[in-house]
Amino acid sequence: MIPLLLGITIISFTVMKMAPGDPTSLVTDLNPNMNEETIARIRAHYGLDQPWHIQYLKWLRNMLMLDFGTSFAPDGRPVLDKILERIPITIFINVVSLLLILAIAIPIGVSSAVKQGSLFDRGTTVFVFLGFAIPSFWLALLLMILFGVKLEWLPISGIRSLNYMELSQVGRFFDFAEHLILPIFISAFGGLASMSRYMRSNMLEVIRQDYITTARAKGLDERTVIFRHALRNALLPVITLLGLAIPGLIGGSVIVETIFAIPGMGFLFYQSVMMRDYPTVMGILVIGAVLTLLGNLFADVSYSLADPRIRVGD
Amino acid sequence: MVIRQAYLALLLSTIVALSGCSDKEKEAGVMAEKPTGVAASPDNTKPAYGDMMIRGSIGDASVLLPVLASDAASGDIIGYIYNGLVKYDKNIKLVGDLAEKWEISEDNLKIRFYLRKDVKWQDGKPFTAKDVEFTYKLIIDPKTPTAYATDFLRVKEFRVLDPYTVEATYEKPYAPALGSWGQSMHPAHLLEGQDVNQSPLKRHPIGTGPYKFTEWKTGDRIVVDSYHDYFEGRPYIDRVMTRTIPDPATMFLELKAGRLDLMTLTPLQYRRQTDTPWFKQNFVRYKYLSFNYTYLGYNLKDWKFQDKKVRQALTTAIDRESIVNGVLLGLGQPAYTPYKPDTFWYNPNVKKFPYDPEKAREMLAEAGWKDTDGDGILDKDGKPFEFTIITNQGNELRKNAATIIQRDLKRIGISVKIRVLEWAAFLKNFINKRNFEACLLGWQTGPEPNQIDIWNSKKIGETQLNFITYQNPTVDKLLDDGASTYNRDERKKYYDEFQAIIAEDQPYTFLYVGETLPIISSRFRGIEPAPLGISYNFIEWYVPKPLQKYQIQP
Repeated sequence: MIPLLLGITIISFTVMKMAPGDPTSLVTDLNPNMNEETIARIRAHYGLDQPWHIQYLKWLRNMLMLDFGTSFAPDGRPVLDKILERIPITIFINVVSLLLILAIAIPIGVSSAVKQGSLFDRGTTVFVFLGFAIPSFWLALLLMILFGVKLEWLPISGIRSLNYMELSQVGRFFDFAEHLILPIFISAFGGLASMSRYMRSNMLEVIRQDYITTARAKGLDERTVIFRHALRNALLPVITLLGLAIPGLIGGSVIVETIFAIPGMGFLFYQSVMMRDYPTVMGILVIGAVLTLLGNLFADVSYSLADPRIRVGD
Repeated sequence: MVIRQAYLALLLSTIVALSGCSDKEKEAGVMAEKPTGVAASPDNTKPAYGDMMIRGSIGDASVLLPVLASDAASGDIIGYIYNGLVKYDKNIKLVGDLAEKWEISEDNLKIRFYLRKDVKWQDGKPFTAKDVEFTYKLIIDPKTPTAYATDFLRVKEFRVLDPYTVEATYEKPYAPALGSWGQSMHPAHLLEGQDVNQSPLKRHPIGTGPYKFTEWKTGDRIVVDSYHDYFEGRPYIDRVMTRTIPDPATMFLELKAGRLDLMTLTPLQYRRQTDTPWFKQNFVRYKYLSFNYTYLGYNLKDWKFQDKKVRQALTTAIDRESIVNGVLLGLGQPAYTPYKPDTFWYNPNVKKFPYDPEKAREMLAEAGWKDTDGDGILDKDGKPFEFTIITNQGNELRKNAATIIQRDLKRIGISVKIRVLEWAAFLKNFINKRNFEACLLGWQTGPEPNQIDIWNSKKIGETQLNFITYQNPTVDKLLDDGASTYNRDERKKYYDEFQAIIAEDQPYTFLYVGETLPIISSRFRGIEPAPLGISYNFIEWYVPKPLQKYQIQP
């Protein structure tokens, strides 16, 4: 795992460095108040005047002591602060969105498989592909206009109302929930297609297995056949998917975050790349890499726990 | 079956629960919403303290310590909290801010500022000359990563004469120096001896200005409250909240929903989306010329653009009115010089080269460009007249302007390609390396007319601004002379001649000056548009008592 982690960081660092521009560009580009001296001063402040491998090794040494360093963005805040500020909201949106997807896609997938070819099957296929195909920012704007401007049922953007401070604990919770309804819906709507189709094809395969025919022949009612026997087997690959979805939890969708003005990880990452804020980008990548490796491990372990056929030894 | 029904029930009950709550109930208590459709009566128009203004910003501020801030979003907030020694009044003339008055010595080398004696920092301590000295030292300190050092490095000597008088001595007379003292003053007693990069004032600023800092939720909002002991008097509007809304479409929707009071419209929003009776009743729109211009710059090292006649012909072939109408929807003016058309410095008598495609063809023919092989494209010495215009990604207006130029030039037989590039790559690999033929860009101008950095023959280094390599010793002298005297009328003479020469030489084809289009909720009064814009008298804006929307606890 460690060599993998190192490799990821080296490659990321090199690629970032190769892109033209550097963090001081924001300040120095086309700025009449700049002269060579001032530019050199600012670059030295960020350590950019040193060769790449020195910059990388410095970063690595700090990282080993879990010091994520200071952001190169004009605010100069510690990278860890900036990340920790935004991770909770992103994780919250992603987790709820994922749960929503599972809660809707699995039943849809199962029912479509069981009633293959029926109106229900074809109807839900159209529905999920619509969700997949519709551009999320466009749908977001339409929903904002409908629910935010015309009906005034939901807030339009942000994660808290103007009078947030004056609300009670419960009030704050509901305020927060209200603000997140549209963003979570938009995030989930797009993800329905893949999960439900996956569920559906898994289920179709499982239903054709001999042991299902046996179960039916035994006289079990359809519900037990589907839920007790077929579904459990069809759900196995979903566990792998979940394991792989873990690193995705800290990645926000820049599009959804920008439209809804949510201060999340997606926007932070995008902005940091655009302004060549190396420490922040590297910090986020390290966290993502660690989570990916952990997620993989988790998927492997839980799969072997769930499926007796692939346990090693014994 | 059961599961599906359960979901449906859950969905329905959620909708029902939500529609029960309304805005009014939520905001009861402290920030009550009052009816706004009140008929106008004398009492409705009296200035009153109170209310909050919510403004939208595309980006969040990054740091609220002026010396370290270079982005516009930070600058906007800093403008509420800090003051400089001087500022520009509504007619774009320099007047005193923290300085009551100033004197310039006979030899034009010394500026002496007499500071106001009634100014207090927002933590109660008095503002004195020590703060000015501290700010000056901070800016020129090599350890401070600031973008503003250049002007202050010209100061040969800085002296504190008494607690309310300072004097700066310069090597040579330098007119822009006076305006440079509009730089925000920093509190010495809070920053002395500290590393400015670690100062808590980056996130919790303390200034001398009309508003003091209240809270900053990163990526979400910044709130400032009025400072009652402000030396110009307490501002009427009690609170200003700046909400960070990165998407312009979302910002517009928040405006429509009444949760934003002030934003800047795009030309499209101005023309097509805010023209309804509802908008006219609830909002007021303003427009004024912006302090910037867009241009097509020719790389003067390229053989095709070295002949002045060719550049003049290109300008004659481009229909600038059409660009203003098509790109800005009429919300702007064609540009002919580097100065804003409604300011003192603008010279209206320069050569304009009005749109005339036939004349353009003739001029090019005189310069040796004719269509000798009948392919529709002009050529000279066997080479066709074709070139690429590069511009930066993310700017729809520039892209559209380039497209119109492409069409105009095609009409007279010039083939133009357009290339849109990511900003950093655009600068580093193309502009800085002079690896381009023509570029479509813009400049932010400002109240100070000095143009040396853009036009001087020596400013052609890799990161410097004269990237088209324009070298004209007459212009050099005029600009140097213009910067060496403090007398406005004398400066005008030099800059007028400078504009005439640039118009003759056409190193750029000046394209257009856009208009800034703010829209403000109609309950705000006291707004008076002027050449400087509308925000210069913000502390005098107010909302009459019956129309106030938010109640702010003191």
